[in-house]
Amino acid sequence: MLDAAILGAVLASIVAAATTLLLASLGELVAERAGTLNLGVEGMMVVGAAVGYATAYGTGSLILGAIAAVLAGVMLSLVFAVLAVWLATNQVASGLATTILGLGIAGLIGSPFVGTRLDGAPELRIAGLTDLPVIGEMLFGQDAFVYLSLLLLAGVAYGLSRTRAGLVLRAVGENPVAAHALGHPVRGIRTLAVMFGGACAGLAGAHLSLAYTPFWASDMTAGRGWIALALVVFSAWKPLWLLAGAYLFGAVSILQLHVQGFGLGVPSQLLSALPYIATVVALVAISALKRGQGAPAGLGVPFVPDR
Amino acid sequence: MAETDGSRASAALLEAVGLTKRFGALVANDHVSLAIRPGETHALLGENGAGKSTLVKMLCGLLQPDSGDLLHDGQPVVFPDPASSRAKGISVVFQHFALFDALTVVENVALGLPGYEPLPALAARIEACVHRYGLAVEPYRRVGELSVGERQRVEIVRCLLGEPRVLILDEPTSVLTPDESESLFRTVDLLTGEGRAVLFISHKLDEVRRLCHRATVLRGGKFIAEVDPAQESSASLARLMVGADVPRTPRLVTHELGEPRLLIRNLSIPGDGSRGSALHDITLEIRAGEIVGVAGVAGNGQTALFEALSGERPCADAEAVVIDKTPAGALDPTARRALGAGFVPEERLGHAAAPDMRLSDNVLLTTHGDGAIVRQGVVRRPVLFACFQEIVKRFDVRFGGKDPKARRLSGGNLQKFVIGREVLREPVLLVVDQPTWGVDAAAAAFIRTTLRAKAAEGCAVLVISQDLDELLEFTDRIAVMSEGRLTAPVPVAETSREAIGLAMGGAHGHDHGGEGTHAA
Repeated sequence: MLDAAILGAVLASIVAAATTLLLASLGELVAERAGTLNLGVEGMMVVGAAVGYATAYGTGSLILGAIAAVLAGVMLSLVFAVLAVWLATNQVASGLATTILGLGIAGLIGSPFVGTRLDGAPELRIAGLTDLPVIGEMLFGQDAFVYLSLLLLAGVAYGLSRTRAGLVLRAVGENPVAAHALGHPVRGIRTLAVMFGGACAGLAGAHLSLAYTPFWASDMTAGRGWIALALVVFSAWKPLWLLAGAYLFGAVSILQLHVQGFGLGVPSQLLSALPYIATVVALVAISALKRGQGAPAGLGVPFVPDR
Repeated sequence: MAETDGSRASAALLEAVGLTKRFGALVANDHVSLAIRPGETHALLGENGAGKSTLVKMLCGLLQPDSGDLLHDGQPVVFPDPASSRAKGISVVFQHFALFDALTVVENVALGLPGYEPLPALAARIEACVHRYGLAVEPYRRVGELSVGERQRVEIVRCLLGEPRVLILDEPTSVLTPDESESLFRTVDLLTGEGRAVLFISHKLDEVRRLCHRATVLRGGKFIAEVDPAQESSASLARLMVGADVPRTPRLVTHELGEPRLLIRNLSIPGDGSRGSALHDITLEIRAGEIVGVAGVAGNGQTALFEALSGERPCADAEAVVIDKTPAGALDPTARRALGAGFVPEERLGHAAAPDMRLSDNVLLTTHGDGAIVRQGVVRRPVLFACFQEIVKRFDVRFGGKDPKARRLSGGNLQKFVIGREVLREPVLLVVDQPTWGVDAAAAAFIRTTLRAKAAEGCAVLVISQDLDELLEFTDRIAVMSEGRLTAPVPVAETSREAIGLAMGGAHGHDHGGEGTHAA
């Protein structure tokens, strides 16, 4: 049997692993609700990780690192926005190009830092509460990224469903032509949504390189951006489901490590593939059950106003 | 309303002077003028392609004129976007509604209003508007679940909450039952009674003559005349619209009916969730030599019926659809064509024809199974091209170039092509969905005559249409589709517009009863 200390550490690491996914997918959810499918999440994330790491390493400030990562994510998302929103190019192709570009830029920025190490973001401990058995460390012993991701989630959930801005954003994603006819600036709103997605992906990258695994390696995102994209579908474009999905996938990716540790005789490569297999299974199950319900009707449809 | 002191009561609220709009080589509007005065219902008449939609888009800021002026209360204005025209009190209900299916009625309304208003307060204002103008709408229903008539009322409510002075209705009755149209007319009369102006865009001449105080006629992008519709006959208005007398389809009822070519027996198809597109227990027999029409408001299962007949939605029971004595319910479209059936779906671009393929290649789409054109998997281009040229010649399909892409043809010419493609296959059964939708009057008359002639040769024809006048003009029997059910077909001579209209709206009338008790 596991003792309480080990269980507590496992739960805490699940939360940490889930946070990267939650941040990245939250941004993508907002972009997709506005009707833009940005497949550049992986690229924006890895650029955020590289720029965040380089800044933090140079300045010694994790906060500056995180801010730089967010800005880097936004910059790359603007490349996508100019292509897909303003020039109305194919969103899938533009998103893939964004990812490839991001991986290249990140490799370039990060190359001087290969082999270095940072002190990761500190855990925000609360005397007494953090020492609670099992759940103490999971709830009260996390770094600032974790709490920020949950605040962002709450903000997005409230903003989308309860504010006029959220209503307009959903309307733009649902039927851009009608939104334009009603006088809403479709391309401006889509650009802002894409930028929010870039900021969140950059922050997710910063979480990876500044807190979760505080070092730099060129392929450190390891497909998490793609899982984040799948999570948005998994959540049926609803923020609260996104929370469940991110933590479920976080759990799978951590538990497979521990299963490897037990030495069950299953090849480790197979276990490492579990999160990705789970992604495929979840997507198939969801599309079989719900037949694509919840997808914004205008998702992936470029909008060009008549003149 | 008193801000102008009534001193210019007869001056135009909104006036267009010499508006011109070009799209490439096409002049969509050529010096068009129009004046809308307070308290009047003004008709904008014209065929498809006459330039009505372009003019409306310029009036509301969706398009910018290349030249010409817009006057609002006598003052020149420019509307760079829809929001600026709405600020001046001009609201449009488009033919293709600017609604969001996934959102509720009240959310849809909120999106059309400037500034923020709490949804419960807005819902109360909607209720008030609904009462005042007799527009049955429930604020908290999802728009995706509403009938077309209800959606239109949502659009109108949304416009009215902005207190418009000019309300533009783009082909409002084309999606309504006769009953729903009547209640729309009452709403329009209430609005003009309050001093607002309504621009009523239509090509239904009887409606225009009844409802409108004035009519502006467009043809080929040019202003033709401003007339008093009450002083005109339908024929004289049609002449203004078309520029020539419109021939009526000859009714040939002298030939004998032959064998049953299509038997539908207890055909049921389950719905696919949100929309009621299911079919319930449909039974129909069509014999060689007759044309049977299926009337009904859009969205009552006509699409499902067409797909069940064409084989796009095969059903488990092979006996449910019998084509020329062969059970075909479980067959795919190619197998059904091999039995001698031909199908013309409603949507020309994307369903009947591939928009970016050349016309000759589009011929192949329905003829690939017929043997003459494809041999051992190889397309015989000369045979295909000869077939294509024969369609073009016999059905008078006009286009530029030798063999253009399908999307470059006008609606009428593409429809003639699509129908010609099926007719040349010498079918024993033709199923045609909306044969003349969006087609100019001359092409529509040609298409109806073609189908009539085909029936006279012994083909069975099923025509699905939302245009009741068309069905009354050239079919032999009419059945009515409502909420996935089909009434028994009645010979045209033994029925009337009113009786068919009642059957079309029957189920909807029932709906209203439900809403009434709900509200009480």
